[in-house]
Amino acid sequence: MSRIASVFAQQSHKALIPYITIGYPNIETTLMVAPLLADSGCDIIELGIPFSDPLADGVTIQKASFHALQNGVNPKLCLEVAKELSRKVKIPLVFMTYFNPVFNYGIKEFCAACADSGVDGLIIPDLPPEEGLELEIATRRYGLDLIYLLAPTSTKERIKLVAEKSRQFIYLVTVTGLTGVRDRLPANLEAFVARVRKITKQPLCVGFGISTSEQARQVAKIADGVIIGSRIIQLMEAGSESLILLQDFIKEIRSAIDKER
Amino acid sequence: MLPDKRGYFGAYGGRFVPEVLVRALDELESAYEETRNDPAFWVEFDLLSRDYSGRPTPLYFAERLTKHCGGGQIFLKREDLAHTGAHKINNALGQGLLAQRMRKRRVIAETGAGQHGVATAAVCAMLRLVCIIYMGEEDMHRQSLNVFRMKLLGAEVRLVTTGSRTLKDAVNEAIRDWVTNVKNTYYLLGSTVGPHPYPLMVRDFQSVIGKETKQQILDRCKCLPDYIVTCVGGGSNAIGIFHPFINDTEVKLIGVEAAGKGLETGKHAASLIGGRVGVLHGAKSYILQDDNGQIQETHSISAGLDYPGVGPELSYYKDVGRITYVSATDEEALEGFQLLCRTEGIAPALEPAHAIFYAAKIASSLDKQHIIVVNLSGRGDKDMNIVAEALGVKL
Repeated sequence: MSRIASVFAQQSHKALIPYITIGYPNIETTLMVAPLLADSGCDIIELGIPFSDPLADGVTIQKASFHALQNGVNPKLCLEVAKELSRKVKIPLVFMTYFNPVFNYGIKEFCAACADSGVDGLIIPDLPPEEGLELEIATRRYGLDLIYLLAPTSTKERIKLVAEKSRQFIYLVTVTGLTGVRDRLPANLEAFVARVRKITKQPLCVGFGISTSEQARQVAKIADGVIIGSRIIQLMEAGSESLILLQDFIKEIRSAIDKER
Repeated sequence: MLPDKRGYFGAYGGRFVPEVLVRALDELESAYEETRNDPAFWVEFDLLSRDYSGRPTPLYFAERLTKHCGGGQIFLKREDLAHTGAHKINNALGQGLLAQRMRKRRVIAETGAGQHGVATAAVCAMLRLVCIIYMGEEDMHRQSLNVFRMKLLGAEVRLVTTGSRTLKDAVNEAIRDWVTNVKNTYYLLGSTVGPHPYPLMVRDFQSVIGKETKQQILDRCKCLPDYIVTCVGGGSNAIGIFHPFINDTEVKLIGVEAAGKGLETGKHAASLIGGRVGVLHGAKSYILQDDNGQIQETHSISAGLDYPGVGPELSYYKDVGRITYVSATDEEALEGFQLLCRTEGIAPALEPAHAIFYAAKIASSLDKQHIIVVNLSGRGDKDMNIVAEALGVKL
């Protein structure tokens, strides 16, 4: 069984999946934060490989990506960071990046390097399944899980397609919009999740705009996992206190989610 | 026929977009397919092209320029005389009518030089559509006249301060807006780039340039030209004039990219000559990227060519050898600009000034019976400040 699949095999356990941009604010922080996330009750860590033109991201992650690139972060370095982390951290690691850095690295070479670094899966927000065949083949070959996304605009046919192609879970985007902190969850989220549930038995993890424990609790009630990105990046901006703030935040989210067992 | 069903021209094109947009692109594709097969649409398009945009634009024999070069005959396809001053109106009109048909009242667009923004703003004013234009801060500064024009035409111009603050970043912001407001918004993309079906639509609407050129040159010279020369940024004017000649293999098709401060300096915007295959703004094509697959910052004196990608169809024709790509530097474009001003009394936009320079160079090497058509894709009024600055003149 893939390590990601094991996360969802736990009875009545909701997954908590944080996102961090590698190299933001610096590599040392990434190396410190990931173990801290794992110890605070996270189930999978999404590691962002920064891209110069992150189309699906709002201002917070755009800035973090830009900053990381200024720090000289590149896919090779990200693979090294993942390799180091996979030795320290017991939970699965998933790379999140855009297609061009992967394509430029060489699809097969990149997947081989991911496997070598102990990475478990990939999320590529600008790669719909129609364009994903080559990466699907390569990820399977190297034992990686390629996770596809669904959006509130996805039709029934597309839900079927993504459910068939996505490995271990499906990433549900809460809104027609970008990543970023929002005051409230969209009203139609429950209906959207239900619509997908009707079609597939795959675990569903929900992300984009989730930033409070109450929102996380609401999501955990209807989904199998909660993905949090921008809020974590914001907390990491707090300088020397950021690690404590982050740890408290994750613990708070964890306990809110666990109420919905 | 290219593109294929998945929007590919050979290995290029496709649809690399966030899931949120896939449905919108499917809807756009089917709406366009229906529209494309509706003769009534083309009647309306042709009528407005004539009465609103001022088509057909003339094919002008540049006799003084020809004499100056002392070789082949140079003809200019006068897209600079089209309404709003460039070929951009053709596509803005076609897609504007499509947006209206799709009942999308909110139109967004990106602009580099401001020509596509102005054309979109004009069409939106005429069709009474809400218009929002994204423009990089750097471009707003160098094309301030066009910013004012867009505002006069009722558009809201939104400043883009991310990345290199030029066309690439304006496209990013427009896509982000579309992702967010996809239900009521039509994205009126201005070049033959982006996810399928944009490269197809833009080509179809811009092909009017090549169709007219073909008829005009046959009427006048009873033969096809030996060369067609045009500038290539994203590639809308290029594919527009080239496409109707693709099967006329005796016609040499030359695309001139922006070499900026020189290809060897790395400060240029020549994606086809200096780039590698990658994915940018939803399509696979030649792009300018670094060793890590990050999109590179570009440089060109002309804002309209200052873009790190190019249309997938133009990439395809590079690989199969149907179009030859060359480049002209900022300095050479300025030379072309002044040459046309002095010989013909026409100030070209800095974008086609690249093509003028290169065409003049080819012409000098040819015999008199050879014919060269240059796509004079826009007029130079918008560039006066830049040219003055480059020539060290204080206005």
